[in-house]
Amino acid sequence: MTFEVSSLIPALPEIFLAVAGMVFLLLGVFRKEDSTQIISWLGVAAMAVTGYLILRGPASAVTFNDLFIVNGFTSFAKILVLIGGALTMLMINSWAQAAKTARFELPVLVLFATLGMMMMVSANDLISVYLGLELQSLSLYVLAAYQRDNVRSTEAGVKYFVLGALASGLLLYGSSLVYGFAGTTSFEGLATAMRGSETHIGVVVGIVFVIAGLAFKVSAVPFHMWTPDVYEGAPTPITAFFSVGPKIAALCLFLRVLVGPFAPMIEEWQQVIVLISILSMLWGSFAAIAQRNIKRLMAYSSIGHVGYALVGLVVGNEEGARGLLFYLLIYLFMNIGTFAVILSMKINGKYVEEISDLSGLSKNHPGMAMALAALMFSMAGIPPLAGFLGKYFVFVAAVNAGFVPLAIIGVLSSVVGAFYYIRVIKVMYFDEPAAAFDKPDMVNGAIMTLCSVLMLVYFVVPSRLVEGAEAAARALFLG
Amino acid sequence: MIIATLAFYLFAIVAVISALNVIFQRNPVHSVLWLILTFFNAAGLFVLLGAEFVAMILVVVYVGAVAVLFLFVVMMLDINITMIREGFLKYLWVGASIGLILLIELAVVFGGWVMSPESEGLRGAPAPAPGAVSNTEALGLLLYTDYAYVFQAAGLVLLVAMVGAIVLTLRRRPGVRKQKISEQVNRRVADTLEIVKVETGKGAS
Repeated sequence: MTFEVSSLIPALPEIFLAVAGMVFLLLGVFRKEDSTQIISWLGVAAMAVTGYLILRGPASAVTFNDLFIVNGFTSFAKILVLIGGALTMLMINSWAQAAKTARFELPVLVLFATLGMMMMVSANDLISVYLGLELQSLSLYVLAAYQRDNVRSTEAGVKYFVLGALASGLLLYGSSLVYGFAGTTSFEGLATAMRGSETHIGVVVGIVFVIAGLAFKVSAVPFHMWTPDVYEGAPTPITAFFSVGPKIAALCLFLRVLVGPFAPMIEEWQQVIVLISILSMLWGSFAAIAQRNIKRLMAYSSIGHVGYALVGLVVGNEEGARGLLFYLLIYLFMNIGTFAVILSMKINGKYVEEISDLSGLSKNHPGMAMALAALMFSMAGIPPLAGFLGKYFVFVAAVNAGFVPLAIIGVLSSVVGAFYYIRVIKVMYFDEPAAAFDKPDMVNGAIMTLCSVLMLVYFVVPSRLVEGAEAAARALFLG
Repeated sequence: MIIATLAFYLFAIVAVISALNVIFQRNPVHSVLWLILTFFNAAGLFVLLGAEFVAMILVVVYVGAVAVLFLFVVMMLDINITMIREGFLKYLWVGASIGLILLIELAVVFGGWVMSPESEGLRGAPAPAPGAVSNTEALGLLLYTDYAYVFQAAGLVLLVAMVGAIVLTLRRRPGVRKQKISEQVNRRVADTLEIVKVETGKGAS
C-alpha cells in the first residue's frame, strides 16, 4: 500500500481548519490574557480561507478509502455552515467581550464544532457520520454549559449532553443493525445491498433508529424536548450558533443518508419522515403561541422550520433536495439576523428576553424595528420576502410529487405560525413603549442590517441562489 | 479442548454474577469493584476467542483508567444512593413494561433476521487473511491505513473533550499560595540577608 499526498487534496479544507484550530489553541495558551478577540477574528479568517479552499478544490472526489466524499452538494452545504459559523463567531466574540466572560477556548470550540459539521456533510460511511456528529455535538455540549456559574446554562449543558448521548446511542444501534444486514458501512455498499434484496424487518428497524438519532439532532418532533430548554438556557449568541450550523449540517446529512444508501428503501422511510415533518410543523406553530420568552419562541420557530425543510426531504427527488437546500440558505440568514436583534435587547447593559420588552422599539430604534419586522415577515413566509420563496419551493416539490395533503398541512401551519411572528411586530409598533434598549453594538448592527436587507432584496438575484441550490441538488443525485 | 470449555463457563458465569452485583449492591464503591471483576472476566472471554489484543486493551483501558476514575468519582462525590432509589418501586412497572415491549420487538427482529447475500463476503473484506498476521498487527494495518481518517477524527474528538473538560472545570483562584520555583532559584543572598555589624555593648536594633 502506498500513500499519495494527492489523496489528501479533497479533504484540504477540513485539514486546514483542524490545523488552524490547534494553532489557535496553542496561541491562546501562550498569549494567556485577552486573546479571545484576536483568535475570533483569526478564526473568521480561517473559515474564509476554508471556504476559498472548498471553492477551489476538486468538484467531485472520494478519498480516504471511501470514507470521505466531496461534490457539489457537500460544497454548498459546507459554505452555508461556514457562513453560519463565521457570523456567529463574531456575535459570540462581541457578547463575550461585553459580558467579560471571554476565554480563548470559546472561538476554538466554535471552530471545532464547525469542523465537525463539515465532516458530517462529507461523510461517506456510517463510521465517519458518527465521528463527525460526535465532534460537533461534543463541542456544542461544552458551549451550552459555557457560563458555568449560571444555573440555567449548566442545566442546558447537562440536558443537551444526556439527551444527545442517548440520541447518539440510538444512531449507533441503528447503524449496527444496518451493518448486520449489509456487512458494510460504506454508503455505496449499503445502497448495493439494499437494492439487491427485498425489505427485511431488521434493516427497517435499523433505519428507523438512524432516523430517530438524526431527528434528535435536527430537533424534529417527537425528538424536540431538549430544544426550548437548551435554547433558553445557553448564552444567547451560542443559541444563535445552535440554531443555524448544527441544523443545516444535520439536515444535509439527513438528506445524504436517506437519498444515498437508503434510497432503495424509500417506501419505508418516507412514511416516517412524513409523520415527523407534519408533527414538527404543527407543534412548532401551536406551541410557540404560548411563549413569552423570545429565545423559547425562536426554539419553537426552529422546530417548525425543520418541519418545512423536511417536506423537501420527504419528496426524495432532485426538486425536493433543491427546495430543502434553498430553504436552509434562507433560514440561515433569517435566523442569524433575528438573533443579532435579540442580542441587542439590552437595557442598561443587562440582557432582557421577554417579547413584551420589545414594545416601543419602533419609537426608540426605528432601524432595528424595521430590520426585525422584515425578518419576522420573512419567517412567516409573507411574499415577496425571502422566506416565502423558501417555503414555496419545498411545497411545490411536494405537490409535484403528489404529497398534496402534506403541502396543505404545511401551508395551514405556516398561517398559524404567522400569528406569533406578526405578534412580535405588533408589540414593536403598537404597544405602549417600554424602556429603551441600549444602542446595538457594531457587529450585531451590521449583521442584522445585512440579513434583513438580504431578506428584502433577495429577489434581485434569486435565480443565482436557486441555481446554486439546484446544482448542489443535482450533484447529490449524481452520486 | 475441555479446558477451554471449562474456562469459558467459568468466565461467563463469573461475569454474569458480577454484572448483576454491580446493579444490586447498596454501596456504590462495591459496585465499581464488581464492575472491575466483570471487565476482567470479559477480557478472559476475549482471550478464549483469540482476540488477545482486545483483551489487553480492555484490561488496560477499562480497568486501568475508566474503572479507577469511576471509583474516584464515586468516593469523592458521596452520592446518597438511598435518595436516588426512592422512586424505584413507583417507576418499576413503567420501566419494566417498556423493557418488556422492547424485548418482544427485539425477539421479532432477530427471529426474522436476514442478511443480504453479499454481506458475508463484505464483512471479511477489509481485514487481512486470518492466520497470516497476528491480530494486533491486523488492527494496526487497518487503523493506520484504510481508516486513518477515522483515527484522526477520533483524535480530534478526544482533543475537544479535553478542551471542554478544562473550560468547564478549571478555575483560577486568586490568593492561592503556589510554589514558584523560578523565584526561589533566582533569589540572591542580598535580597534576603542583611548583615549587620553589632557593636559591642549596644545590641542589635
